[in-house]
Order: sequence, then structure tokens, then C-alpha cells
Amino acid sequence: MKSIQVLAVALLALGLAACQKPKQVKPEPTAAVTTTDAASTSGIGEGSAAGGTPVKPLTPQQQALADLQQKSLVFFDFDSSEIRSEYVPVVAAHAGYLVKFPSARVRLEGHTDERGSREYNIGLGERRAQAVRRALMLQGVADAQVTTVSYGEERPAVEGTDEAANAQNRRVELVHAP
Amino acid sequence: MQVRFTGTRRLLPALALLACALLLAAAPSEAQLRLDITQGVRDAVPIAVVPFGGQAEGAGTDVAAVIANDLQMSGRFAPLERRDLVSRPTRGEEIRFEDWRLLRSDFIVVGRVEPEGSALAVGFELFNVRTGASLLSQRLPSTERGLRATAHRIADLVFERLTGTPGAFSTRIAYVTVDGRPPSQRFRLVVADADGFNPRTIAESTEPIMSPAWSPDGQQVAYVSFESKVSAIYVQRLATGERRRVSARAGINGAPAWSPDGRQLALTLSREGNLDLYTLDLATQSLTRITTDEAIDTEPEWARDGRSLYFTSDRAGNAQVYRVALDGAHKAERATFTNGYNARPRLSPDGKELALVTLDRGGYRIAVLDLASRNLRVLTNGSQDESPSFAPNGAMVIYATRERGRGSLAIVSSDGRFQQRLSSDQGDVREPAWSPFPVR
Repeated sequence: MKSIQVLAVALLALGLAACQKPKQVKPEPTAAVTTTDAASTSGIGEGSAAGGTPVKPLTPQQQALADLQQKSLVFFDFDSSEIRSEYVPVVAAHAGYLVKFPSARVRLEGHTDERGSREYNIGLGERRAQAVRRALMLQGVADAQVTTVSYGEERPAVEGTDEAANAQNRRVELVHAP
Repeated sequence: MQVRFTGTRRLLPALALLACALLLAAAPSEAQLRLDITQGVRDAVPIAVVPFGGQAEGAGTDVAAVIANDLQMSGRFAPLERRDLVSRPTRGEEIRFEDWRLLRSDFIVVGRVEPEGSALAVGFELFNVRTGASLLSQRLPSTERGLRATAHRIADLVFERLTGTPGAFSTRIAYVTVDGRPPSQRFRLVVADADGFNPRTIAESTEPIMSPAWSPDGQQVAYVSFESKVSAIYVQRLATGERRRVSARAGINGAPAWSPDGRQLALTLSREGNLDLYTLDLATQSLTRITTDEAIDTEPEWARDGRSLYFTSDRAGNAQVYRVALDGAHKAERATFTNGYNARPRLSPDGKELALVTLDRGGYRIAVLDLASRNLRVLTNGSQDESPSFAPNGAMVIYATRERGRGSLAIVSSDGRFQQRLSSDQGDVREPAWSPFPVR
């Protein structure tokens, strides 16, 4: 039972990792997604993939997701959970995708900078994740499609103590299930 | 994802081996904290702790060195350097008090380690150098492996005899270490002796571990772990490593705090993103909601009588500390009025003061609030000091600070006059929690 859960989470993590790769492979998201997805799928499924992975065309959903993942971060002001105007289109794009593909799921990971106490920051990160969740639902996304988690200041995007680092760490990451 | 947890007793047979491994590799998981005095006290009392008889030079545990280090760590004493010791008496009748008066030592501790049956005994004596009066004379049973604990016990007794406050040198600290850069980090929950010695990793994960809290009997630690990709609260028994997941509800499971009788945890849960305080009966799993405010209510701390909780809330717009009775009959009352940010309260052992994090002239610093007078006394001067925790004798507060961009631990005396750092050679060290007194 427990090992199944662990496996499931591991698979999820692998899948997510594979999905996030196109962020770094910039020029041709389509090709990149195809290969990485196939590689990780065979790796998980059969356990003995010996080269020659078939190249499958992307489904419309995969294509839409690949486009979305270029922009999956929403940043916040200090001690604020208000979605700044420049990120309204970002949230809207994710909402559009989730409405179009009702089986799709998104996990909203709320984060803060390092200032203040840790458990209070868990609360602040949660507030940010909930702000994005509410914005998604106002645009027709179903409750069941969205989960939230707050990491507070425990998972900084960048190290450092200056305002530039702090600004990059005050964020919600929209992580789509594969 | 992978989580390991280890009981301390299970580790004991492997301790010798571990010690070797530490010397050779200084493995990051067991990296030992090192004590540096950063702000001394001018009127620290000079005391001579003479090397104990029956111990070869370079013996495994140098009893006198452990005692001297403890006394120094308290900030109240200035042990004489060993090279300045004019002679090496091991019994009261061998002490020539006039020599020690010349060295301006106010007190002297002598003693010896002797075989007793198949084990050991440690005899020690404490004298007033000026009068020659014997202040303490005891013989404690010990073992080769237990010598360090016996030395801490002696330091406790000497400290209490000279200050009137029980020593807290036989206690432990729990803390979290983090190695690696995001996103591939490794979080460890470590329990070590109060002097940083003997660190043992009790839980380890690639996901965050937070908020360790000691049970009142010092036998268990509650903490938050994200090992399943969401937060959950675990309670782990140190002797066996046995572990229970006590709260894994949807949303946040955070900030566990033990009730004074050890039967309940106060904790923070969230519904629809609203964080509120609850109490959880550990035997029955029954849950009681304590706050309902739409604000962030978190970081509970029990009053000594177990009838109310101190906690952090931003219900007035910014984080402040409040107190709420558990009977549900009264509204929460605000406890902090100085400064625009006060959070993470921890009660002093006598229940009269709160250690907390305050935003003081642009820096997050540790302060102590006198609950009766409402006077707030800022103890530290860092920019990112957090997670204060009182020693069980109330004399010191351990907290987390930043040193050259890395997290490290520090200790400050409750009056703010004495500061020292517990440094680590690598990684981040954070969230210290000082254990209660051991049950004797």
C-alpha cells in the first residue's frame, strides 16, 4: 500500500520533471517534449527501454501544455497575496487550458521570501496559492482540478538575501500533472 | 522522497564506529556544531577546572574539559586556560588555595575517575578559593561510555550551587540541517547534546522538514515533513525511532506544539487557505478548533497551565502575538504592542516571558517580552534571526541566525549580555529546539 503510494508519487515526480524540461530546451518545444516524454515513459513503463523510441505526434492537450509551461510562475509583492496585473494573463492562459481539458490537473505551489518566521510564511505561501486558485475558479476551472500546497520559505527558487532574490522567491508555481 | 529515521538507542552499538567515521569523514549528516563565543561578559566568574585524576592525557572523554566548556557556554563563568593551571590536584586535601588565589580564580573543581566494580565512578569537589570552604562533594556512578553525560551532570551541579539556577547542560537540542542547492536539497532532522556534541540524524528527506517540538518528557519529537509532497505532522520516539503520522489532513498541517501534560498537540490546519489553530488529542485523535479568524493564525505555544495558547496572527493587518483561552468563552487578546512584526512566541520555563521574533529597526531579531510589564527586550542584532527556544532553566535562548549567507545557530543569555554561535562547516542549520530537562 505504502510502496504503491511512494511509487505513484515517484512516477508523478518523474513525469513532472519530464514535463518541465522543455522550459530549458528553448527553441523547439514540440520536438523536445516528444523525446523527453517518450524516454521517461518507456523508462517507467517497461524498465528496459533499449533505444529506438518511436516518435509520437503531440496530442492537442500536450501541445497546449507545452506552450503553457513557458509561463507558469506568478510573482508577488512583499507580504502580499494580490495577483499583480502583469500576471493576470498568465493565470488566464492556465485557466483556459484547464477549462478546455477538464481531466487536466494543476498543483499550485505557494512560496515566500525568507523574511519573517517560517510557519507564518507557510500561511503566506498558502494565501498566495489560494489567490491563484480563486482566480482560476472564477474563470470556470473546477474545484477538483486544483490542489494547493505551501512551502513557505523552505523551497527558494534562488539563493541570496537581497531584494532581487527575494522577489524571485515570492511566487506561485503552477505545476501541471502529466 | 526517501525518508530515513533512526532511533538513538538503536545507534548506540554503532557509536564507536560512528565516532571513527566522524573523525575521518565529518559526514555532512553528522556534521558537528562548534561553539564560538561572539560576545563575552566582563564579569564572568573565574573558575579552575583541574584535569580529573585517573584519566590519561588524551583520554576518550576529558571530563574536566567537558565541564569547563559547559560552564563557559553558560556565559556566567570564565574557566582558566589549562596551561595556566599551576598544579593538578585531584582531591580537596591536595589544593594549595594560595596558589589559586594568585591566579585570581574564585572557585576550583577537582575530581577523579575511578573503577568501581566493572564500571566507573567519578568523584568531584567544588571549593571557594578565597575561603577554602567546600561547597560540593559528590561521587557519581558512571561508565566509559557515560563519562560525557556524567561530566555534564557535574557541570549542572556546579552551576546550580554557584548560581542558584539548575544547569541545563544535560539537555539536548533538535535542529534541521539543509545541504545542497534548490531544487536538489537534503533536509535532516538532527538531535545533539546541548554542547553540539554527538549529533544524530533522526529523519532525512529530499522534501522540507520543519518545526521540531519536544514532548514534555523529552522522549519524543513532533515535526512537519513534506515527504509525501504535502505537509504532515509526525511524532517520533527517539529511543526506538518508532514514528506515527498524527495529522495529514487536506491543506496545511503545521506548527505542532505539545500540551504541558503531553497528551495533546496544538497545531495549525487550513481550510480553503484559512489557517486556524486546533488541538489534537493524541490518544483519541479528536480535533478541536480553537480559532476561526480569517487571518493567518499559527505558531501556537501552550501556557504553562495548559488552558490557553499564545500564537501568531495577522488579524490586525500585520503579524502580532495573541493569547486565546481554550474554553472558547473569550476572544483572543493581543499580547504584543511594540514593533510592527512579532511572531513565533515561545514561553519561558517560569511562564513569565515570551521569546519571539520581532522586526526591530529593519532587522528580524530575537526579543523577550515580559508578560506582566509588556516590556520588550531585544536580545540580538542580526537581520534574519528566528526560531527562538528557551533552555529549560530559562537562562539562555537558542535561535537561528545567518552567518556569511548561511543559516547557523546561536545562543544568547536571557539578559542579552552573552552571545555565542554554534557553527557548522557546511550547509544550513536552522530551527533549533531546546529539550526539556531529562527525567531523572
